[in-house]
Amino acid sequence: MQKRISNIPFHGTKEQEEKLHQVIAKHKDDPGAIMPVLQDAQEIYGYLPIEVQTIIANEMGVPLEKIFGVATFYSQFSLTPKGKNNISVCLGTACYVKGAGALLDKLTSILGIQPDECTPDGKFSLTACRCIGACGLAPVLTINDEVYGRLTPDDIDGILAKYQD
Amino acid sequence: MYRSNVLVCGGTGCTSSNSEQIMAKLKEEIKAKGLEKEVNVIRTGCFGLCALGPIMVVYPEGSFYSMVKVEDIPEIVEEHLLKGRIVTRLLYQETVDNDTIKSLNHTPFYEKQMRIALRNCGVINPEVIDEYIARDGYAALGKVLTEMTPQQVIDEVLASGLRGRGGAGFPTGRKWGMAAANKADQKYVCCNADEGDPGAFMDRSVLEGDPHTVLEAMAIAGYAIGASQGYIYVRAEYPIAVKRLQIALDQAHEYGLLGKNIFDTGFDFDISLRLGAGAFVCGEETALMTSIEGKRGEPHARPPYPAVKGLFGKPTILNNVETYANITQIILNGADWFKSIGTEKSKGTKVFALGGKIKHTGLVEVPMGTTLREIVEEIGGGVPNGRKFKAAQTGGPSGGCIPASKMDVPIDYDNLIAIGSMMGSGGLIVMDDTTCMVDIAKFFLEFTVDESCGKCTPCRVGTKRLLEILDKITKGNGTMEDIDKLEELCYYIKDNALCGLGQTAPNPVLSTLRYFRDEYEAHVKEHRCPAGVCKSLLRYEIQADKCKGCTACARVCPVGAISGTVKQPHVIDTSKCIKCGACMEKCKFNAIVKL
Repeated sequence: MQKRISNIPFHGTKEQEEKLHQVIAKHKDDPGAIMPVLQDAQEIYGYLPIEVQTIIANEMGVPLEKIFGVATFYSQFSLTPKGKNNISVCLGTACYVKGAGALLDKLTSILGIQPDECTPDGKFSLTACRCIGACGLAPVLTINDEVYGRLTPDDIDGILAKYQD
Repeated sequence: MYRSNVLVCGGTGCTSSNSEQIMAKLKEEIKAKGLEKEVNVIRTGCFGLCALGPIMVVYPEGSFYSMVKVEDIPEIVEEHLLKGRIVTRLLYQETVDNDTIKSLNHTPFYEKQMRIALRNCGVINPEVIDEYIARDGYAALGKVLTEMTPQQVIDEVLASGLRGRGGAGFPTGRKWGMAAANKADQKYVCCNADEGDPGAFMDRSVLEGDPHTVLEAMAIAGYAIGASQGYIYVRAEYPIAVKRLQIALDQAHEYGLLGKNIFDTGFDFDISLRLGAGAFVCGEETALMTSIEGKRGEPHARPPYPAVKGLFGKPTILNNVETYANITQIILNGADWFKSIGTEKSKGTKVFALGGKIKHTGLVEVPMGTTLREIVEEIGGGVPNGRKFKAAQTGGPSGGCIPASKMDVPIDYDNLIAIGSMMGSGGLIVMDDTTCMVDIAKFFLEFTVDESCGKCTPCRVGTKRLLEILDKITKGNGTMEDIDKLEELCYYIKDNALCGLGQTAPNPVLSTLRYFRDEYEAHVKEHRCPAGVCKSLLRYEIQADKCKGCTACARVCPVGAISGTVKQPHVIDTSKCIKCGACMEKCKFNAIVKL
């Protein structure tokens, strides 16, 4: 899958970098440490900009292209920042059969962004995700940690309204 | 002792539909009534009937409350838990028979099931090791360490006929035997919990509902092959499963059931968790191990097989969660018992995740050899809204579609392959006559194109070409020659791709071509989508005799494609129509048809 790379400037804080150093120190000697480090780094920054990958490469003594290779291979790793509210539409088979495609169409037209993009005001980002396993509630979308199930496109406006402020 | 136990489902399905808030309210109301010493609230794993979630069961009565709402809780506490009067109105109606209330096990959904791998799901609190032990937990580990030699363990598993539940169906005992035969200073036992097939969620339910059964079985495998370290590779997208696994690991350590010198026998075994990061190919065994090593999860050619040279270059066995969930029962009840269940070449049970156009979405565990008709019509309650069953998709993106004509074939590994599908991990998606089979094949190919790791050309380029041809057909631009090319390319990819992902990627196309070739031909020859799904081929028309001229359709049309005078039949200008379907939804007289 082609990854979108953000052109929004990087704003990392000192505290975040401090946490990142701790994470690297904790995992450094584990076999196969790159994945857990990247997972924790994304937890800290919300995404993996090249600046963060560079810090990890330097401190772990691994070439940057190797880090970049791993970061771009797995769909969990994002190279673009997430919005304040991240909307994830499940496109697993069960949800797709029950009309998740129409939910996604409705969201892209309302928000004016494609999957893996963030609205210019930083309020919403949109992802089309793989099966989250809530097939009993299909079709499903999640906003942050909140799950909305058994949806129709008509429900979208009402749901988005809750996140407007 | 409590006089009542209230079991609330804490699986992902029910948690998503609010079971946490229901539990909180339940505890609050119980406290307010001063019942906290009499009534116990337990968070369990998945009951299986996810369509009716959130689910709550009250014992000793066994009352099954379904689709519970927070607002219902005060009434249930007041009436049922305080006064002993079951709130019949809120029960799952299949359990209510005139005035008598049936046990859950006698409803059509549960009656035909046989729960081995899911035996503890929805029964115990997965976060309390004592509840697992009370159900004979860790007795199998004790038995192998004190009464059996590693070879006897392998022989028992081999004799049981257990085959890998991850999809390919390789005999588990043979895998263990191969790894045991290789001498090395270090060996590994891995668990594949990277359940990536869209629509499959049985592994997650086992991890969430009964995590210790996996830990115990891995320790048994470690003893059998001579390994002291295990890894569980679990999807990061399953936060509840990860949390419960971690709790289970901590508790097993605390009880001395993992770690050094287990049961004082000198056997050491430990397990680490590794989180996957969302790459479907990592379900393939060599790719999974590469990923645990911290690299891009790309597969490599076999041989060497992992049993010879696996994780970190050492002999390794990798089994799926559901496979492990059967192990302790085989050890405790014997290979003969396990062998007595199932078909000639497929022993035991299989868990299926029912989804799509079916009434009872959820998890079911049935003996091998059960027919698709029994699963869909009897257990699953059939296709809702009076629609007609068209096909069931098994095996996810690696599998195929089973048409209605094959519904009476007993399901096992070999029969599924013979009819052009495969067991896969056990996702079973039901489709009705509103599903377009070309569109479904395209959907799966989009998935494979996204998830192809790119290492080998047949998969990287071939699946992309397949998708392009399918896209052309669904847009009405396909030719009969395209269908032939499609088929030829499918066989080429099957024969030449490096790993299981590529080799099975053409299956959705091949199986739909085999059983639904007429639909492909309708798209090509008649520029028509029989199921009415492929947008480019649709045309909306107003039937003049049914149209009352109410103007509702003209007002709702976003592009002004509908014209006509009041009380006169309207017409759609097809050159302007964007085929959104808004007019059809709005029309009260069913005058608008999709052609």
